[in-house]
Amino acid sequence: MGYNPAVKIKLRNPNREVEMPGRKRVKDVLRDLDILPGTVLVIRGAALLTGDEVVGDGDELEVRPVMSGGSAAPSERATPSESASE
Amino acid sequence: MKCRKCGAGAVIELPRHNAAFCAPDFQEFFRKQVAEAIRKHKMFTTEEPVLVAVSGGKDSLALWDVLIETGYQTAGLYLDLGIFDYSVESKARCEAFAASRGQKLVVESVAETVGAGIPEVQKATRRPTCSACGLSKRYLMNRAAVDHGYPVIATGHNLDDEAAVLFGNVLHWQMDSLSRQSPALASTHPKLVRRVKPLYRLSERETAAYAFLRGIDYIVDECPFAKGATSITHKQILDRLEEASPGAKHNFLFGFLEKARGVFERAEPTVLNECAVCGQVTTGEICAFCKLSDQVKRRRA
Repeated sequence: MGYNPAVKIKLRNPNREVEMPGRKRVKDVLRDLDILPGTVLVIRGAALLTGDEVVGDGDELEVRPVMSGGSAAPSERATPSESASE
Repeated sequence: MKCRKCGAGAVIELPRHNAAFCAPDFQEFFRKQVAEAIRKHKMFTTEEPVLVAVSGGKDSLALWDVLIETGYQTAGLYLDLGIFDYSVESKARCEAFAASRGQKLVVESVAETVGAGIPEVQKATRRPTCSACGLSKRYLMNRAAVDHGYPVIATGHNLDDEAAVLFGNVLHWQMDSLSRQSPALASTHPKLVRRVKPLYRLSERETAAYAFLRGIDYIVDECPFAKGATSITHKQILDRLEEASPGAKHNFLFGFLEKARGVFERAEPTVLNECAVCGQVTTGEICAFCKLSDQVKRRRA
Protein backbone atom coordinates (compact mmCIF):
# COMPACT_ATOMS: atom_id res chain seq x y z
CA MET A 1 0.00 0.00 0.00
CA GLY A 2 1.44 3.39 -1.07
CA TYR A 3 1.97 6.58 0.90
CA ASN A 4 -1.44 8.20 1.15
CA PRO A 5 -1.68 10.60 4.08
CA ALA A 6 -5.11 11.94 4.76
CA VAL A 7 -6.39 15.48 4.90
CA LYS A 8 -7.53 16.34 8.41
CA ILE A 9 -10.70 18.37 8.57
CA LYS A 10 -12.03 20.26 11.55
CA LEU A 11 -15.82 20.69 11.46
CA ARG A 12 -18.08 22.71 13.72
CA ASN A 13 -21.60 22.56 15.12
CA PRO A 14 -20.83 20.18 16.67
CA ASN A 15 -17.03 20.44 16.87
CA ARG A 16 -15.42 17.29 15.47
CA GLU A 17 -12.57 16.12 13.25
CA VAL A 18 -12.66 13.80 10.28
CA GLU A 19 -9.94 12.47 8.01
CA MET A 20 -10.24 11.92 4.30
CA PRO A 21 -7.74 9.89 2.26
CA GLY A 22 -6.04 11.00 -0.94
CA ARG A 23 -5.62 14.29 -2.75
CA LYS A 24 -8.72 16.05 -3.94
CA ARG A 25 -10.17 19.43 -4.76
CA VAL A 26 -11.83 21.44 -1.98
CA LYS A 27 -15.15 21.32 -3.84
CA ASP A 28 -14.97 17.50 -3.87
CA VAL A 29 -14.11 17.40 -0.15
CA LEU A 30 -17.24 19.47 0.54
CA ARG A 31 -19.35 17.31 -1.74
CA ASP A 32 -18.17 14.17 0.08
CA LEU A 33 -19.07 15.80 3.39
CA ASP A 34 -22.47 16.82 1.96
CA ILE A 35 -21.79 20.51 2.67
CA LEU A 36 -22.97 23.28 0.34
CA PRO A 37 -19.93 25.40 -0.70
CA GLY A 38 -21.88 28.62 -0.20
CA THR A 39 -22.43 27.90 3.49
CA VAL A 40 -18.81 27.64 4.68
CA LEU A 41 -15.32 29.07 4.51
CA VAL A 42 -12.57 26.53 3.93
CA ILE A 43 -9.46 27.60 5.80
CA ARG A 44 -5.90 26.23 5.71
CA GLY A 45 -3.67 28.04 8.20
CA ALA A 46 -4.04 31.75 7.49
CA ALA A 47 -5.47 31.22 4.00
CA LEU A 48 -8.95 30.91 2.51
CA LEU A 49 -9.20 28.22 -0.16
CA THR A 50 -11.31 28.29 -3.31
CA GLY A 51 -13.15 25.21 -4.58
CA ASP A 52 -10.54 24.27 -7.20
CA GLU A 53 -7.64 24.17 -4.71
CA VAL A 54 -6.21 20.65 -4.28
CA VAL A 55 -5.66 19.42 -0.72
CA GLY A 56 -4.13 16.29 0.77
CA ASP A 57 -0.69 15.24 2.04
CA GLY A 58 -1.54 15.82 5.68
CA ASP A 59 -3.17 19.23 5.11
CA GLU A 60 -5.19 20.46 8.06
CA LEU A 61 -8.38 22.27 7.09
CA GLU A 62 -11.09 24.04 9.00
CA VAL A 63 -14.55 24.05 7.48
CA ARG A 64 -16.19 27.02 9.17
CA PRO A 65 -19.94 27.61 8.82
CA VAL A 66 -20.94 31.18 7.99
CA MET A 67 -24.56 31.10 9.07
CA SER A 68 -25.70 33.18 11.98
CA GLY A 69 -29.26 33.40 13.07
CA GLY A 70 -31.93 33.37 15.64
CA SER A 71 -33.06 36.78 16.70
CA ALA A 72 -30.66 38.56 14.37
CA ALA A 73 -33.35 38.84 11.77
CA PRO A 74 -36.61 40.62 12.47
CA SER A 75 -36.27 44.36 12.83
CA GLU A 76 -39.24 45.42 10.76
CA ARG A 77 -41.46 46.57 13.56
CA ALA A 78 -43.20 49.92 13.78
CA THR A 79 -41.29 50.63 16.98
CA PRO A 80 -38.34 48.92 18.62
CA SER A 81 -40.55 47.33 21.24
CA GLU A 82 -43.26 46.16 18.90
CA SER A 83 -43.63 42.40 18.63
CA ALA A 84 -44.99 40.26 15.83
CA SER A 85 -47.71 38.86 18.06
CA GLU A 86 -49.24 42.23 18.83
CA MET B 1 -8.69 30.29 -9.87
CA LYS B 2 -7.62 33.86 -10.66
CA CYS B 3 -8.71 37.23 -9.30
CA ARG B 4 -11.06 38.91 -11.77
CA LYS B 5 -9.39 42.25 -11.20
CA CYS B 6 -5.63 41.63 -11.04
CA GLY B 7 -5.14 38.02 -12.15
CA ALA B 8 -3.39 36.96 -8.92
CA GLY B 9 -4.45 33.77 -7.12
CA ALA B 10 -8.02 34.09 -5.85
CA VAL B 11 -9.01 33.40 -2.24
CA ILE B 12 -12.76 33.62 -2.70
CA GLU B 13 -15.19 32.90 -5.51
CA LEU B 14 -18.53 34.69 -5.73
CA PRO B 15 -20.77 32.63 -8.01
CA ARG B 16 -23.62 35.16 -7.88
CA HIS B 17 -21.27 37.78 -9.37
CA ASN B 18 -19.58 35.19 -11.60
CA ALA B 19 -16.31 36.42 -10.08
CA ALA B 20 -13.35 35.49 -7.90
CA PHE B 21 -11.03 37.86 -6.04
CA CYS B 22 -7.64 37.94 -4.35
CA ALA B 23 -7.62 39.13 -0.72
CA PRO B 24 -6.94 42.86 -1.34
CA ASP B 25 -9.41 43.11 -4.24
CA PHE B 26 -12.08 41.26 -2.28
CA GLN B 27 -11.73 43.73 0.58
CA GLU B 28 -12.00 46.57 -1.93
CA PHE B 29 -15.16 44.96 -3.38
CA PHE B 30 -16.57 44.61 0.14
CA ARG B 31 -15.93 48.26 1.05
CA LYS B 32 -17.48 49.41 -2.23
CA GLN B 33 -20.67 47.43 -1.52
CA VAL B 34 -20.94 49.04 1.92
CA ALA B 35 -20.30 52.49 0.46
CA GLU B 36 -22.99 51.89 -2.18
CA ALA B 37 -25.50 50.82 0.50
CA ILE B 38 -24.79 53.94 2.57
CA ARG B 39 -24.99 56.23 -0.47
CA LYS B 40 -28.11 54.69 -2.03
CA HIS B 41 -30.16 54.82 1.17
CA LYS B 42 -28.58 57.99 2.61
CA MET B 43 -27.84 56.00 5.78
CA PHE B 44 -25.51 58.50 7.46
CA THR B 45 -22.74 60.98 6.77
CA THR B 46 -19.20 61.34 8.11
CA GLU B 47 -20.52 64.22 10.24
CA GLU B 48 -22.90 62.00 12.25
CA PRO B 49 -21.89 59.71 15.11
CA VAL B 50 -23.04 56.15 14.35
CA LEU B 51 -23.81 53.59 17.04
CA VAL B 52 -22.86 50.15 15.72
CA ALA B 53 -24.70 47.30 17.45
CA VAL B 54 -22.10 44.56 17.95
CA SER B 55 -22.64 40.98 19.08
CA GLY B 56 -19.09 39.64 18.80
CA GLY B 57 -20.09 37.79 15.62
CA LYS B 58 -18.62 38.20 12.13
CA ASP B 59 -21.24 40.53 10.68
CA SER B 60 -21.33 43.25 13.30
CA LEU B 61 -17.56 43.30 13.85
CA ALA B 62 -16.94 43.34 10.07
CA LEU B 63 -19.37 46.26 9.83
CA TRP B 64 -17.68 48.16 12.63
CA ASP B 65 -14.27 47.51 11.05
CA VAL B 66 -15.29 48.75 7.62
CA LEU B 67 -16.93 51.89 9.03
CA ILE B 68 -13.84 52.72 11.09
CA GLU B 69 -11.60 52.11 8.04
CA THR B 70 -13.80 54.35 5.90
CA GLY B 71 -13.51 57.19 8.41
CA TYR B 72 -16.94 57.29 10.01
CA GLN B 73 -17.39 58.40 13.62
CA THR B 74 -18.48 55.26 15.44
CA ALA B 75 -18.99 53.73 18.84
CA GLY B 76 -19.99 50.14 19.51
CA LEU B 77 -23.00 49.02 21.49
CA TYR B 78 -22.87 45.60 23.11
CA LEU B 79 -26.04 44.18 24.63
CA ASP B 80 -25.31 41.66 27.35
CA LEU B 81 -28.10 39.12 26.98
CA GLY B 82 -26.99 36.96 29.90
CA ILE B 83 -26.80 33.79 27.78
CA PHE B 84 -24.27 31.82 29.81
CA ASP B 85 -20.73 31.40 28.39
CA TYR B 86 -21.91 32.57 24.98
CA SER B 87 -22.50 36.10 26.32
CA VAL B 88 -19.26 36.08 28.31
CA GLU B 89 -17.24 35.14 25.23
CA SER B 90 -19.03 37.45 22.82
CA LYS B 91 -18.61 40.41 25.16
CA ALA B 92 -14.89 39.68 25.47
CA ARG B 93 -14.60 39.68 21.64
CA CYS B 94 -16.32 43.07 21.43
CA GLU B 95 -14.19 44.57 24.19
CA ALA B 96 -10.99 43.28 22.59
CA PHE B 97 -12.01 44.64 19.18
CA ALA B 98 -12.93 48.06 20.62
CA ALA B 99 -9.64 48.26 22.52
CA SER B 100 -7.59 47.24 19.47
CA ARG B 101 -9.20 49.98 17.35
CA GLY B 102 -9.26 52.61 20.10
CA GLN B 103 -13.05 52.88 19.93
CA LYS B 104 -15.68 53.45 22.60
CA LEU B 105 -17.91 50.50 23.52
CA VAL B 106 -21.23 51.13 25.27
CA VAL B 107 -22.49 48.11 27.22
CA GLU B 108 -26.13 47.57 28.20
CA SER B 109 -27.39 44.59 30.13
CA VAL B 110 -30.74 42.87 29.76
CA ALA B 111 -30.47 41.54 33.32
CA GLU B 112 -29.95 45.03 34.73
CA THR B 113 -32.97 46.38 32.86
CA VAL B 114 -35.41 43.49 33.16
CA GLY B 115 -34.13 41.79 36.29
CA ALA B 116 -33.08 38.60 34.51
CA GLY B 117 -31.09 37.43 31.50
CA ILE B 118 -32.68 36.06 28.31
CA PRO B 119 -32.87 32.41 29.49
CA GLU B 120 -35.06 33.44 32.42
CA VAL B 121 -36.98 36.03 30.42
CA GLN B 122 -37.92 33.30 27.97
CA LYS B 123 -39.29 31.10 30.76
CA ALA B 124 -41.45 33.95 32.02
CA THR B 125 -43.13 34.43 28.65
CA ARG B 126 -44.74 32.19 26.11
CA ARG B 127 -42.63 33.71 23.36
CA PRO B 128 -39.99 31.72 21.49
CA THR B 129 -36.55 32.62 22.87
CA CYS B 130 -35.45 34.47 19.72
CA SER B 131 -38.62 36.56 19.81
CA ALA B 132 -38.12 37.71 23.42
CA CYS B 133 -34.44 38.30 22.68
CA GLY B 134 -35.14 40.28 19.48
CA LEU B 135 -37.68 42.45 21.28
CA SER B 136 -35.21 43.15 24.11
CA LYS B 137 -32.40 43.95 21.66
CA ARG B 138 -34.46 46.37 19.56
CA TYR B 139 -35.71 48.15 22.67
CA LEU B 140 -32.31 48.46 24.35
CA MET B 141 -30.59 49.51 21.14
CA ASN B 142 -32.98 52.36 20.55
CA ARG B 143 -32.95 53.46 24.17
CA ALA B 144 -29.15 53.42 24.32
CA ALA B 145 -28.89 55.47 21.11
CA VAL B 146 -31.38 58.04 22.43
CA ASP B 147 -29.73 58.21 25.87
CA HIS B 148 -26.19 58.55 24.46
CA GLY B 149 -27.14 61.01 21.70
CA TYR B 150 -26.63 58.89 18.58
CA PRO B 151 -29.03 59.71 15.72
CA VAL B 152 -28.51 56.38 13.96
CA ILE B 153 -27.98 52.71 14.80
CA ALA B 154 -26.21 50.45 12.31
CA THR B 155 -26.73 46.71 12.56
CA GLY B 156 -24.84 43.89 10.85
CA HIS B 157 -27.83 42.38 9.01
CA ASN B 158 -26.56 40.90 5.75
CA LEU B 159 -28.16 39.80 2.48
CA ASP B 160 -28.91 36.32 3.85
CA ASP B 161 -30.58 37.75 6.97
CA GLU B 162 -32.72 40.08 4.89
CA ALA B 163 -33.64 37.43 2.31
CA ALA B 164 -34.63 35.04 5.14
CA VAL B 165 -36.79 37.70 6.81
CA LEU B 166 -38.43 38.47 3.48
CA PHE B 167 -39.05 34.77 2.89
CA GLY B 168 -40.74 34.47 6.31
CA ASN B 169 -42.77 37.63 5.74
CA VAL B 170 -43.97 36.39 2.36
CA LEU B 171 -44.76 32.88 3.66
CA HIS B 172 -47.08 34.42 6.25
CA TRP B 173 -48.05 37.52 4.25
CA GLN B 174 -47.01 39.79 7.08
CA MET B 175 -48.24 42.95 5.40
CA ASP B 176 -46.99 45.34 8.09
CA SER B 177 -43.53 43.81 8.10
CA LEU B 178 -43.41 43.79 4.29
CA SER B 179 -44.25 47.49 4.24
CA ARG B 180 -41.34 48.24 6.55
CA GLN B 181 -38.63 45.86 5.38
CA SER B 182 -35.90 48.16 4.19
CA PRO B 183 -32.13 48.67 4.48
CA ALA B 184 -32.87 52.02 6.16
CA LEU B 185 -35.75 52.96 8.45
CA ALA B 186 -36.13 56.67 9.05
CA SER B 187 -36.75 58.23 12.44
CA THR B 188 -40.46 59.04 12.66
CA HIS B 189 -40.45 60.22 16.28
CA PRO B 190 -37.91 62.17 18.37
CA LYS B 191 -37.40 59.08 20.55
CA LEU B 192 -37.00 56.69 17.63
CA VAL B 193 -33.58 56.71 16.00
CA ARG B 194 -32.81 55.86 12.38
CA ARG B 195 -31.96 52.17 11.84
CA VAL B 196 -29.70 51.12 8.98
CA LYS B 197 -28.18 47.92 7.60
CA PRO B 198 -25.06 48.78 5.59
CA LEU B 199 -24.24 45.08 4.91
CA TYR B 200 -27.51 44.24 3.17
CA ARG B 201 -25.74 43.95 -0.21
CA LEU B 202 -23.26 41.35 1.11
CA SER B 203 -23.86 37.67 1.80
CA GLU B 204 -22.93 36.15 5.11
CA ARG B 205 -20.18 34.15 3.43
CA GLU B 206 -18.76 37.45 2.20
CA THR B 207 -18.90 39.04 5.66
CA ALA B 208 -17.30 35.92 7.17
CA ALA B 209 -14.52 36.04 4.55
CA TYR B 210 -13.96 39.76 5.16
CA ALA B 211 -13.79 39.24 8.93
CA PHE B 212 -11.33 36.35 8.47
CA LEU B 213 -9.11 38.26 6.03
CA ARG B 214 -9.07 41.30 8.32
CA GLY B 215 -7.92 39.11 11.21
CA ILE B 216 -11.01 39.88 13.28
CA ASP B 217 -11.35 37.52 16.22
CA TYR B 218 -15.10 36.88 16.13
CA ILE B 219 -17.21 34.30 17.93
CA VAL B 220 -17.81 31.42 15.50
CA ASP B 221 -20.05 29.30 17.69
CA GLU B 222 -23.75 29.94 17.41
CA CYS B 223 -26.00 31.25 20.14
CA PRO B 224 -27.21 28.12 21.99
CA PHE B 225 -30.81 29.23 21.46
CA ALA B 226 -30.50 29.66 17.68
CA LYS B 227 -30.71 25.92 16.99
CA GLY B 228 -34.04 25.14 15.39
CA ALA B 229 -34.96 28.83 14.97
CA THR B 230 -37.34 29.45 12.09
CA SER B 231 -35.01 32.02 10.54
CA ILE B 232 -32.32 29.31 10.28
CA THR B 233 -34.70 26.92 8.55
CA HIS B 234 -35.53 29.67 6.05
CA LYS B 235 -31.84 30.31 5.47
CA GLN B 236 -31.20 26.62 4.81
CA ILE B 237 -33.98 26.55 2.22
CA LEU B 238 -32.58 29.65 0.53
CA ASP B 239 -29.07 28.13 0.60
CA ARG B 240 -30.40 25.18 -1.44
CA LEU B 241 -31.96 27.57 -3.94
CA GLU B 242 -28.75 29.60 -4.16
CA GLU B 243 -26.69 26.48 -4.83
CA ALA B 244 -28.97 25.48 -7.70
CA SER B 245 -29.29 29.02 -9.00
CA PRO B 246 -26.54 31.48 -7.96
CA GLY B 247 -27.99 34.94 -7.39
CA ALA B 248 -31.39 33.65 -6.27
CA LYS B 249 -31.20 35.34 -2.85
CA HIS B 250 -29.94 38.58 -4.36
CA ASN B 251 -32.72 38.62 -6.95
CA PHE B 252 -35.36 37.77 -4.34
CA LEU B 253 -34.33 40.58 -1.98
CA PHE B 254 -33.36 43.23 -4.52
CA GLY B 255 -36.41 42.50 -6.66
CA PHE B 256 -38.58 43.07 -3.61
CA LEU B 257 -36.81 46.30 -2.64
CA GLU B 258 -36.83 47.72 -6.15
CA LYS B 259 -40.15 46.48 -7.56
CA ALA B 260 -42.50 45.22 -4.88
CA ARG B 261 -41.97 46.99 -1.58
CA GLY B 262 -43.95 50.07 -2.60
CA VAL B 263 -47.05 47.95 -3.14
CA PHE B 264 -47.13 47.15 0.57
CA GLU B 265 -46.58 50.68 1.83
CA ARG B 266 -49.51 52.15 3.67
CA ALA B 267 -50.84 55.62 3.00
CA GLU B 268 -51.39 56.40 6.67
CA PRO B 269 -48.35 56.50 8.91
CA THR B 270 -48.38 54.44 12.09
CA VAL B 271 -49.45 56.52 15.09
CA LEU B 272 -46.73 56.47 17.72
CA ASN B 273 -47.18 57.12 21.43
CA GLU B 274 -44.84 57.20 24.38
CA CYS B 275 -45.13 54.21 26.72
CA ALA B 276 -46.98 55.10 29.94
CA VAL B 277 -44.37 53.18 31.95
CA CYS B 278 -40.97 53.87 30.37
CA GLY B 279 -41.60 56.72 27.93
CA GLN B 280 -40.14 54.87 24.94
CA VAL B 281 -42.02 54.79 21.64
CA THR B 282 -44.89 52.34 21.18
CA THR B 283 -48.01 51.92 19.08
CA GLY B 284 -50.07 51.08 22.18
CA GLU B 285 -50.28 52.49 25.69
CA ILE B 286 -47.67 50.26 27.31
CA CYS B 287 -44.81 48.99 25.17
CA ALA B 288 -44.17 45.28 24.60
CA PHE B 289 -40.86 45.49 26.46
CA CYS B 290 -42.50 46.84 29.63
CA LYS B 291 -45.13 44.09 29.38
CA LEU B 292 -42.32 41.55 29.08
CA SER B 293 -40.47 43.07 32.07
CA ASP B 294 -43.67 42.91 34.09
CA GLN B 295 -44.11 39.20 33.29
CA VAL B 296 -40.54 38.56 34.45
CA LYS B 297 -41.04 40.50 37.68
CA ARG B 298 -44.24 38.62 38.48
CA ARG B 299 -42.57 35.28 37.88
CA ARG B 300 -39.72 36.21 40.19
CA ALA B 301 -42.03 37.61 42.91
